[in-house]
Amino acid sequence: MTIKLMQGNEACVEGALRAGMKFYAGYPITPSTEIAEISAVELPKIGGKFIQMEDEISSMGATIGASLTGLKSMTATSGPGFSLKQENLGYGIISEVPCVVVNVQRGGPSTGLPTSPAQGDIMQSKWGTHGDHSIIVLYPNSVREIYDITIRSFNLSEKYRTPVILLLDEVIGHMRERIEIPKDAEIEIIDRKKPTCSPEEYKAYEVKEGEIVPDMAAFGSGYRYHVTGLVHSETGFPAGATKAEGLMRRLIDKIEDNTEDICTFEEYMLDDADTAIVAFGCTSRSAKSAIKSLRKDGYKVGMFRPITIWPSPEKQLEKLSKEVKRILVVEMNDGQYYLEVDRIAGKNTKVEKYGRLNGEIIPPDEIISVVKEGYNG
Amino acid sequence: MKHKELRLSGSGGQGLITGGIILAEAALHDGLNAIQSQSYGPEARGGASKAEVILSEEAIDYPKVEKSDILLSLTQLSCDKYIGGLKSGGILIIDESIETPDRDDVTIYRVPILDTATNKLNKSMVANIVALGVINKITNLVSKESLEKAVIGRVPKGTEELNTSALYEGYNLIN
Repeated sequence: MTIKLMQGNEACVEGALRAGMKFYAGYPITPSTEIAEISAVELPKIGGKFIQMEDEISSMGATIGASLTGLKSMTATSGPGFSLKQENLGYGIISEVPCVVVNVQRGGPSTGLPTSPAQGDIMQSKWGTHGDHSIIVLYPNSVREIYDITIRSFNLSEKYRTPVILLLDEVIGHMRERIEIPKDAEIEIIDRKKPTCSPEEYKAYEVKEGEIVPDMAAFGSGYRYHVTGLVHSETGFPAGATKAEGLMRRLIDKIEDNTEDICTFEEYMLDDADTAIVAFGCTSRSAKSAIKSLRKDGYKVGMFRPITIWPSPEKQLEKLSKEVKRILVVEMNDGQYYLEVDRIAGKNTKVEKYGRLNGEIIPPDEIISVVKEGYNG
Repeated sequence: MKHKELRLSGSGGQGLITGGIILAEAALHDGLNAIQSQSYGPEARGGASKAEVILSEEAIDYPKVEKSDILLSLTQLSCDKYIGGLKSGGILIIDESIETPDRDDVTIYRVPILDTATNKLNKSMVANIVALGVINKITNLVSKESLEKAVIGRVPKGTEELNTSALYEGYNLIN
């Protein structure tokens, strides 16, 4: 058992390496820079590659390209850098290329508050790239969880052949915290399935009976196929409108039909709760602290913390909406996830929002006040 | 010791972040939980800078220090800036070069930390380690063994002896 004091951004790289990352392309930007720095030091040691690209657009392109050659690939960014990732992110979605995109959020829009925390990219992580699509977005709240969830990001991206967004908070990314490095037996590593047929028989985008995604051949392994951002047929070549509905349906359903597998969450003191706080990332730590105080004063408050924020844990939120009188969504933005929670829970219970836009983590005292106001009418 | 929050303040380059990391690592050696965080951005360069450490026997939820139990200040500027964030009943540790602030609700220790580093150890850079010795002698936050182990584990190779002496000079500044 190894116990260390580790920074959140460092835990992200350590988790990625444990998951099998062999390639990183990026353009450093605060507050995600340590992820690039540490990847640059560590990847060459294991025969991996680190490349600093000219910008975030090309970084995303290189990340996708490396994954097509069979390497587990990651990129990390913040703020405006995440905006620049969006076009190629869509390319990764339609061409079904596994990769992990880390966004250590900072205040925006534009250059915003470069060194301050914010949770303002909740909707962008879901809808930042154009067109209909589904996407997996994970949101850890501690250094240890960053480690675990980074591994899980790689696993889900390999299993569902899709880019996975890992949303981090500056607060957790930059702080150092006790972490117990898990043993090998405690960790599951998933690798993409490779084709077993001959190169001549291989259809790059054909989903076999009983499978969720097509088998993925690595470029350079003798299997030749076409990769495009256009709507394509099973062969990978552009196909036009007749294939669009089927392809789009499959890309969306491979995620939305598997929410049981993809969605994880934490429930805290909800058993007898009449008020539930919904929070994620660093805000959930403020909320937990607030709940401990409120409980001492007899308030029946609990927390639902989505760890997978997209797809949203719809079933759990709907159940919660029938059990509590009030749901308070606390987030460091003007109510982005509130919209999703209200959509799901609003018909059954009162859903309210509380946010902050000043680049500071929400302290427990503020949450305590807002919760108490609800009891006072 | 159930839960203690510290703010280590001074000017950029005084090694306070390293100091905070060492204290947090010493706490881990003792089996405690610890979080270390710092401020980034323009305020971290020059002027007053700070490192925050939370040590606890329990899980630490909220990761930031609001009102600290202990404040270390190595410069007047940082003392002026952070004195308001020290809890009533808290402990203030300031360098000798700083004027004693008007707080009769806290225990104040005025100690020649910078002078000990510069003139006794001939290395102003080790002021952070001297400060750790002072803090730990006053507060007993972590065991002596763990703190020494954490210092040796963090400082540059070849400076272990100097830094260990700095730690003990710090202890000696408090009777």
